[in-house]
Amino acid sequence: MKLAIREKTDKAARLIFRMTGLMVIAILAGIFLMLLWNTVAFFLKVRAFDFITGSQWDPSGNPANYGMLPLLMSTTLVTFGAMGIAIPLGIGTASFLSDYAGKKLKSVLKPAIEMLASVPSVAIGFLGIVVLGPGIAGITGQSNGLNALNGAVLLAIMSLPTIITVTQDALEGVPNTYKEASYSVGANRWQTLIQVTIPAAAPGILAAVMLGVGRAIGETMTVLMATGNTSAFPKGFFHSVRTMTATIAIEMGEVPYQTTHYYALFAVAAVLFLMTLLVNIVGEHFVNKYRKYQAS
Amino acid sequence: MNKKITAIIEWGTLLVSTGLVCFFLIAILWDLISKGAPSLSWQFISTSPTNGMTKGGILPAIIGTILLTLITALVAAPFGICCAIYLNEYAVDNWLTRIIRASIRNLAGVPSIIYGLFGLALFVQGLQMGTSLLAAGLTLGLLSLPYIIITTEEALRRIPNRMREAALAVGATKFESIRDVVLPSAIPGMLTGLVLTLSRAAGETAPILFTGVAFYINKPAGYLNQEFMALPYHLYMLSTQHQAIEQVRPLAYGTALVLIIVVFLLNLSAFYIRYQHSKHE
Repeated sequence: MKLAIREKTDKAARLIFRMTGLMVIAILAGIFLMLLWNTVAFFLKVRAFDFITGSQWDPSGNPANYGMLPLLMSTTLVTFGAMGIAIPLGIGTASFLSDYAGKKLKSVLKPAIEMLASVPSVAIGFLGIVVLGPGIAGITGQSNGLNALNGAVLLAIMSLPTIITVTQDALEGVPNTYKEASYSVGANRWQTLIQVTIPAAAPGILAAVMLGVGRAIGETMTVLMATGNTSAFPKGFFHSVRTMTATIAIEMGEVPYQTTHYYALFAVAAVLFLMTLLVNIVGEHFVNKYRKYQAS
Repeated sequence: MNKKITAIIEWGTLLVSTGLVCFFLIAILWDLISKGAPSLSWQFISTSPTNGMTKGGILPAIIGTILLTLITALVAAPFGICCAIYLNEYAVDNWLTRIIRASIRNLAGVPSIIYGLFGLALFVQGLQMGTSLLAAGLTLGLLSLPYIIITTEEALRRIPNRMREAALAVGATKFESIRDVVLPSAIPGMLTGLVLTLSRAAGETAPILFTGVAFYINKPAGYLNQEFMALPYHLYMLSTQHQAIEQVRPLAYGTALVLIIVVFLLNLSAFYIRYQHSKHE
């Protein structure tokens, strides 16, 4: 009898655990369906073609314009800027950590990088306003330094810890025999790093970059605070831009429920979701490639 | 001679990039601490804002953030731990498991503002909770879920199989071996992951923007069905939306410092648990 109860508990527990696993799929599906539902509602009112190719975002205008191109370009501009800074710095730091730094230095630098990763995005955005903004303004002579460059620098700082950690793992995963072979034919440390270790770890490094890109595209608070939020078509790094995330954050609080504008913001979110999904899938592809190579 | 110069340049490139990364961290900490410390006082963290936010403290925001983080933990921890147990202890490598794992990885990559929209559509409007502490806590719980699953599974994976086998050999059912043997030994690792995840959740702003946070609440905090104040949102509002931005700058710096301290304290306790645990091993 007692055994029967214990076996029943065992079966019940197994069922509960499995249910939670299925719930995870349901959450992702729920997010996807919510975005899809509201996007379809939007496309019933505004042509999808106008949304994707329109170069003016002016929901309160008469007639209202829902062209998402300026938002998309802003996000792209800021993300590219951030990666232009973060990729070289990240690979350099990771190489230093994996190939040059001693154990002691590593035990100081690793927690420092984890600390940088844990600084909340709103605090980094705040420093964009009070430190980096005036700094940029002083150099360019603008009234304030809230522009794409400011956002790009902040996003670079935010994505650096991820890029460094994953790149370092990739570099350290390269078998020692590769390096030894390189040393034995007379290459020095630097030549080995540039011509052997980094190429061998390339898939892992690409995965790191993709994670950084995903983070930069989806980041809201820093760009909301630091880029000035002018919804005109972006003109360059020294001009104010307004990313997709910032647009959602600014306008969602003010729109009435279930209006065209409300649906439009969900459509922007759907595009954002697809972009991060794509970036993640590409990143995963590289991770798998890297694993396969490591296993062989 | 030439070789020496190139060697220095090569070395220098790596050193400069590492130095820059360290500089970012030091600059952030230095600016926040040096300008935030003068605003910190017992009165700042123990009173409510007064005079249209230009004076007084940030007590309601601190309480709001603590309550929000607690709700997040209560939502995400049991759910995440159960899912991690399923993945590590029960699941076989089939298409379903692969879909679950892919879902978790993708959930971890979904931008936080989209969780905010999901919370708005599901909890605030769909389930009629309104903008409230509960809706925001549930939203942050969903956001934290993938991280908790990933870290818990890692902790479970580190428990050697012979412990499970020993429990099964003396007649325990699978559930009993998990409950009495696997989970107790995995607790330090699970706790580390949980606290690190919560430190991230405590600093999040975008998911709570539309689900319940407010700039000023007159009533005492703590009701699940009411709007609440939170440190990150308070900092955002003080630094961008206040009508006397320059005047409240010291308050904004103080808020930023308190927020950073809360997050770092959570992080430190996570590292402490990990360190204690590694000593035992």
